[in-house]
Formats: sequence, structure tokens, C-alpha cells
Amino acid sequence: MIKAILIFNNHGKPRLIRFYQYFAEDMQQQIIRETFHLVSKRDDNVCNFLEGGSLIGGSDYKLIYRHYATLYFVFCVDSSESELGILDLIQVFVETLDKCFENVCELDLIFHVDKVHYILQEVVMGGMVLETNMNEIVAQVELQNRMEKSEGGLSAAPARAVSAVKNMNLPEIPRNINIGDINIKVPSLSPF
Amino acid sequence: MAQLHVVEDGNEREKYSSFFLVSLRLRMPTPIRLRELIRTIRTARTQAEEREMIQKECASIRSSFREEDNTYRCRNVAKLLYMHMLGYPAHFGQLECLKLIASQKFTDKRIGYLGAMLLLDERQDVHLLMTNCIKNDLNHNTQYVQGLALCTLGCMGSSEMCRDLAGEVEKLLKISNSYLRKKAALCAVHVIRKVPELMEMFLPATKNLLSEKNHGVLHTSVVLLTEMCERSPDMLSHFRKLVPQLVRILKNLIMSGYSPEHDVSGISDPFLQVRILKLLRMLGRSDDDSSEAMNDILAQVATNTETSKNVGNAILYETVLTIMDIKSESGLRVLAINILGRFLLNNDKNIRYVALTSLLKTVQTDHNAVQRHRSTIVDCLKDVDVSIKRRAMELSFALVNGNNIRGMMKELLYFLDSCDPEFKADCASGIFLGAEKYAPSKRWHIDTIMRVLTTAGSYVRDDSVPNLIQLITNSMEMHAYTVQRLYKALLDDISQQPLVQVASWCIGEYGDLLVSGRCEEEEPIQVTEDEVLDVLEGLLVSNLSSPVTQGYVLTAIMKLSTRVSTVNRIKKVVSVYGSNIDVELQQRAVEYNALFKKYDHMRSALLERMPIMEKTATNGPTETAQTNGEVEPSALDLKNLPSVPQAPGQANNLLDLLGGSDAAPVIQTAAPTKPVSAGGELLDLLGDLSLSGGPAPTLFNDIAAGIPPMTAYNKNGLIIEFTFERSNLNPNIAVITIHASNSTEAEMTEFVFQAAVPKTFQLQLLSPSSNIIPALNQGTITQVIKVLNPQKQQLRMRVKLTYTHNGSPVQDLTEVNSFPPQSWQ
Repeated sequence: MIKAILIFNNHGKPRLIRFYQYFAEDMQQQIIRETFHLVSKRDDNVCNFLEGGSLIGGSDYKLIYRHYATLYFVFCVDSSESELGILDLIQVFVETLDKCFENVCELDLIFHVDKVHYILQEVVMGGMVLETNMNEIVAQVELQNRMEKSEGGLSAAPARAVSAVKNMNLPEIPRNINIGDINIKVPSLSPF
Repeated sequence: MAQLHVVEDGNEREKYSSFFLVSLRLRMPTPIRLRELIRTIRTARTQAEEREMIQKECASIRSSFREEDNTYRCRNVAKLLYMHMLGYPAHFGQLECLKLIASQKFTDKRIGYLGAMLLLDERQDVHLLMTNCIKNDLNHNTQYVQGLALCTLGCMGSSEMCRDLAGEVEKLLKISNSYLRKKAALCAVHVIRKVPELMEMFLPATKNLLSEKNHGVLHTSVVLLTEMCERSPDMLSHFRKLVPQLVRILKNLIMSGYSPEHDVSGISDPFLQVRILKLLRMLGRSDDDSSEAMNDILAQVATNTETSKNVGNAILYETVLTIMDIKSESGLRVLAINILGRFLLNNDKNIRYVALTSLLKTVQTDHNAVQRHRSTIVDCLKDVDVSIKRRAMELSFALVNGNNIRGMMKELLYFLDSCDPEFKADCASGIFLGAEKYAPSKRWHIDTIMRVLTTAGSYVRDDSVPNLIQLITNSMEMHAYTVQRLYKALLDDISQQPLVQVASWCIGEYGDLLVSGRCEEEEPIQVTEDEVLDVLEGLLVSNLSSPVTQGYVLTAIMKLSTRVSTVNRIKKVVSVYGSNIDVELQQRAVEYNALFKKYDHMRSALLERMPIMEKTATNGPTETAQTNGEVEPSALDLKNLPSVPQAPGQANNLLDLLGGSDAAPVIQTAAPTKPVSAGGELLDLLGDLSLSGGPAPTLFNDIAAGIPPMTAYNKNGLIIEFTFERSNLNPNIAVITIHASNSTEAEMTEFVFQAAVPKTFQLQLLSPSSNIIPALNQGTITQVIKVLNPQKQQLRMRVKLTYTHNGSPVQDLTEVNSFPPQSWQ
């Protein structure tokens, strides 16, 4: 079982945190800090497995991590998961993100953390691996995103407003106002 | 921010209009978008600035919530979740998540459920309000809404919720929609974990799970089956009939050739393969028929899997674990260990790591096969990676035996020299244990100990000091050599307390040998009595010496009064310490002073050379060990020399244990040279031993070729196995290692194993690896018993076990009779 999935950058700033076991808020932040501390001091040529820090459960749990450019992807698992298998899973997850975001980079994760959560939800559910087929995952996420979009999305611009403005009869705005020597060019306004 | 609206005919129909329209009405500003918030926060340059921004936004969100604004609720909750990730409190959004879940819009539900999973858990009463929503959503006509509900229930559903909704989940487990079916399977796993009684309910639905074509469903179905088998032995036997089907699926995966949709680096769905192998492992574990059915496919996977990429290795690794765990034929086992051996030579560190981990698990059962890879393992000690070094160290200790002791110890001592401090304690303990078991000669043993003390002296465990002293005492012919070497070591370095303590004790005992310059083993050094006393006095006044060490030194000086001629100097030192601020030192000095004055006639008798101590049984450090091995009998307690059985109360307790008069009492001494100055709480054989020792490497489980292990005890989830070895040096000694494991769900603490044997035998118990047995077979305690059987009689043993389980103490007495004949003949 996967106990937690943490993504943070090279300075320890969290980009996504998902715990599959209850921890109090401040405990969660402490675990993030402890995990960052453990993982960041590892050389690049050592193996990708670590004993879990004491806060997250100690030696009963393992931290399996991968370092991609500026981000660490850390999965904290118990002994029922195959270490090499989880390494592959991280790879699948990252490749899926890549497909969904077109050459994913840290900024994508920063500004679309909710979308990343939704993608993760299709890969891991309740701490267990749900789906590993990248194309399946991407397809399902796409369909759900489309449903959201048709409703106006998270920005919740009401659908009525969209059509309302389209239907509105705006008075004709002169493109150029010429008064004597003054020449004012009016910028064109987009509906939103 | 002002917002412009048009009021039409008194109707409150709000429209967004362009900049040029007339009437203005001020209103609450629109909550900013998530993107805006993130952008803003990123501009903060200090933590304080960030906090300020967040507080401002929280206030705005709070008022927005108060207004019951449906439109922007989802946006606000999204922002709240973001701030929660950064570590700021977000509990006021919990109820809002529930409102979102109840909304009709998919967007709302999506963020609402996510919020519920991140912010809520069963500890908050609020979560129960979700139950109805989830129930409705489980029956929604949009599969993605159903999926959301399943996901949430499967992540954080409480037992009440699971009970209420298990029926819905079960329904969804049987439908044909694969998207929902796979989610329902994992949700069912969660339900079973929360409410194990409901497991039966899902049994019918599992009937045709494995005939699914969709890999996602197959995968989660195997997870579900695995969970059910783990929880109930009945289920396990029931599902054994699935083995042929699982084997077939696995075969198809391997043989099917290229399948683009499931391909990962050229291997067809490796995740599913690994899952199936895990389930097969569980099903074949103690069952011959199932194991038989799997042999072929396992061999096939082992030989055919492409190993150039990580995915192939993941499958191989799982295959090896399965082969080792089921009742496979020996050819297959050798194949598996050889695969592990190949892994050890792989360039990829991850592969080496998992190989070492697996070898660690198999070293007990397939010892000889693992021995073949010993040199590679020892090489791993030099690896840069800390995790690999640790495993290599543990494995090396497991592989030490009488034949390779010299070579292995050389490598391990070298490792001790250069390793990180976190390893030193365990390494030192391991070396001591190994040396004790297999030392080829006394001199080698003492040399090894000296080496450990000088390289890692400050890291050795507390009980090693008395153990070493006892060892030295018993090697009579080495006394002069030992004291000489220790003296020389002291001249170099007085900072490592265990070394100083052992050295000063020896100088006290054998100072006469030192001064007389009689040493056969090496070049004797010339040292005068005054020089020796200089060194000892130097130790007394040094800041580096701990109070305990000072106690040792003072007594050593005192002992020298009967061995050397500079008695006046000694008298002076002792009298000075009679007014020392440390109470312990003061008491000693005063008593020794008394010895000089009033009881001078007793002095030489009292300070005589220590006799050889029969180390008949040790049961680990007791409370006394926490004073770091107080070895010296205080003057008045000298009568209680350890060669005599301890207080009569204890002998009675022993007979209690043994029940009959035909058994010999086991003489327990804590660390054999210590009658404690605090008289009473000595070696309470049956009382509460607080074992202060940390875990010593547990892996001294050498199985000499041929003596089969036996299960000595199997009751209430506690299983104790005996493994045997015959000593090379003395054919009358059998070395038994006990492995205690615990298959219940609660750990067993304060575990104490006691044994008694018939009169013609002698028994010696070494320290156990720990006194806590973790639950669910996650670890074992090991302890070594040496049995001396000069008359070659049939071995019998009475065993008493005490431990605490689920808060209540448990005690049991049993007799072990069915020892394999090779262990005593």
C-alpha cells in the first residue's frame, strides 16, 4: 500500500501532497520537511530507495523517489509493494503528466495542481494502484476535463453570461476618435 | 473592485456589460481565480509576506462562503486546497466541500470530492453527511460521477459509511463497465479493510473477475483477491483453485508478443505480471499442489524475461521472491539464487539493493547457495550507497561461519574502520557475536576485540565491557599478553570509555604480570610500577573519564596494592578520593581506606586474582548494565562471588520452572562478574528483565548442512523455530538458534525465553536480538543457545515463555522433545 505521494522541488516547496493515511495538518508539513531533508542529501548515483523517516513510520516504510530536473517525486510505501515496480509506476505517472500537459514542467504543476490531483486519482486510488496504462489514463482524464469545460470550468464563468454577452447589442464603438489635433485609437475589447 | 451591472425593469437580472454602460452598483468583489492567487503568492519574497497574502485571501473566501455563493464556491475551495498544501489551515472549508458534492454540476462535484479527500477524514463527524451524497452518486447516470464517488469512498470511507454503502459497491463490481468495475474492486478492498466481516459479501462477485479482458480490471481484481487471501485462511484455500487460471493469464502475457496498448519497454503489462506473481506466491506458500502447478511458469518467466530495462528486473525480482517462498523444487531455487547473484553484479544500484534485500531474506533457508556469492556481497561493503552498505553488512554477518571467520572478520574490521558512525554500533556488536561463536583461537579473539575497541570503542554496547572482561579472565594463558596490549592502547588514547574500563580492570588484575615483563606472545614491554600508577592516576583526573570509568580505575589501583610494592602511593590516592564529590567514588575510597587501616589483614584475600567465571548462562543486560557494567564487587559484597549459584530465592524459582527434580538448575548470571553493589535486584530469572540492549544483528542462523530445523512452539500466533549447528571445536556442543515470530496483529513486547535441560546437560543462553516481536511476521527475535551434551543423551528441554500481548501478560510452559537426532548424537 502506498502511504503518501509527495512532489516537491529542489528547495523543498511542496507541489503536490497526497496522504492515503490520516495525519494531522502540522504532521503532514513536518513529514514533507523530513522527507525533503532525507531525499535531497542523496547523491545522484545512489539507489532510489530509502528507509522512511521516523515521522512517517520508520523502517517499516520505504521512500522510493525519482528526481526529474527540478522536482522530486517521492512515494512512501509499505513492504507489500515491489520497490522496482513503484519506480516504474513513478515513470508511468510522469509520462502521463507529460502527455496531459504537453512537455510538462514545474510551472504546469504549480498552476494546475488540481488537474494533477485528478490525473493522480486515475492512477492511484486509496493507496493502491488503479491503472497503469498511460493511454487509458489520459483518455479518461480528457473526457472528464471536457465535461468540466462544458460547464464553464473551475473559473465558473456562468454559461449564461457567455451567451448573454454574445447576444448583447453593443452600441457601435468608433474605432478612431478624431477631434481636431487629437487622435485617439480605441483598443478593441474582447468579450471577457 | 467595482462591478458594473445593468438593472432592467426592476428585475435583478445580472449581466456583465462593457465599460461604457452607465449605472454602477457596488457589490462584493468577485473571488479571484486560482491562477491569480497562485501568481500573487509566488511574488511574495518572505514567509511573512506570503502569510499576509494568504490571510487576506482566507478572509475574503470566508465572507464569500458566508454569502452562500454557489457560483464561485468551486473556485474558492480550489484556492483553499492550494493554501492547505502550503501548510495553512483550511478546516473552515470542510462544510463547503460537502455543499459542492451535493451540487448538480460535475465541476463542483469533482473539486468537492477532492476537497473531502484532502480535508476530511473519519475523525470529523461532518464526514458522515457525505454518505447520502455518495450513495446517490454511486447510482448516477454519468460514469465519471460514479467514479468520483467510488474513489472517495475507497479513500476515506469510515466503517459506518462502508457498512451502509457496501451493497452499492458490490453491485458495481458486477457490471460490465470496466472503468467502474476496476474502481469498485479497489473500493471493495477498502471496505474489507474497514469492516472485515463484509468480506463474504464480495465473494460471489469475484467469480468471474479473472475472465475479464480489460487489464485495469484484471489488475485491481488481483489486488482484491490478494487482500481477501491475506485476511482469511479460508478464502486462501478457496482461491487456490484459481491457480491454473492465473498461470494461464501470466502465460498469455509472456507469450502474447507485442501488444501496443500494454507495452512498457517491450514487456507486456509488467505491473499485472508482478501482481499475479505476488498472488501466486501467497497461494503456493504452504501448498504442494499449487506450488507444483506454478513451477513451469515460474521457470519460464525466470529464463525468458528481458533484463535490460528496469521493468524486466522488477518481474524477475518478483519471480525470485515467489520461487523462494513457495514449495518449489530445488533446481528452481538454485536458479533463483543465481539470478540474485547476477543482480548483485548489475551496474544499476537499485537492482543491487533489491538483490541484497532478497538474499537477506533467503540466507536462512538456502544458506549454502548464498555462500557462493559471499565475495560479491563483501565487495558491496565498499559501495558508496548507504542503503547498500547496510544490507551488505547484515548479510555478511549472516554468512560468517567457522570456515570463513578469519577472512570475513578482516573485511568487517576494515569496514568498521571506515564506515559512518550510524553503522559502528551494529557492526561492533556483530563482530563480537561472530567472534564469540567462531573464534579459531583465544589470541585471535582477543586481538579482534582489541581492534574493535580501539577503532570504534565509543560505539560498543554497554554489555560488551563485562562480556569482554569475562572472556579475558577465562583465557588464562593470555593474561600477560592482554594486559600488555591494553596498556599500550591506553597510552595512545584514553577517550574511549569501554576501552579504558576494560584496560583499567585488566591492569588492576594483572598489573603484576605487566610490571614483571613476562609476555610470551609478543615482545614484553618494560614498565615500572610508578609508570603504571601514573597512567591510572591520569585516568582518574582526566576530564575524558566518566564517573563509571573512574570507579573502575580506583578499584584497579586498589587491587594493585596487593600486587606491587608501591603501596604508600596507592594509600595516598585512595585517601584523597575519600572526600570526592561523587558519592560512588567517595564510598569506594572510604571503604578501601578502611581496608588499609582496620581490615588490613583481609586485604590480600579480598583483592585476590579473580577465579575463572563459568559463563553458564547470560540472559542479556539487566538494569545493572545501565551503570555500564559495574564489575567490581564492593568490599563487603565480595562473598557473593559469581561462581556460586545466586540467591536461594532464585534456585527455588528455577525448580518451579522445571517442575521436577530431574532437571539441573540453569545458573543465571547477568554479566557473570557482577554481584551488584545494589544487592537486591539481581538476576531475577523470572522477574522483569528490562533488556536495554539494542538489536544486535540477528542473523547468526547458520544451518550446518543436514540438520533440519524444527518448530518448537506454535501457539496463539507465536511461532518459535529452532535451527541447529554443531560446533567445530567441541563435538559435544550443539548450538541452537531460536527464531521467534508473531503472526498476530499486535506486537509482543517484553518477550523472554527461558530454558532448562536435564541434569546431564549444560545450557548457555546468549543475549537475544531484542525483546519485541513485531506483528504480522514482520520480524523475528533470535537468540542463541549452546547446549553441552557430554554424555550424548537425547536432548530434551523445558521452555518458559513470557511476553506482553495487547497489554496483558502472557506466560506459557512447554516441553520440547522432538529434537532431530543429528543435534545430539
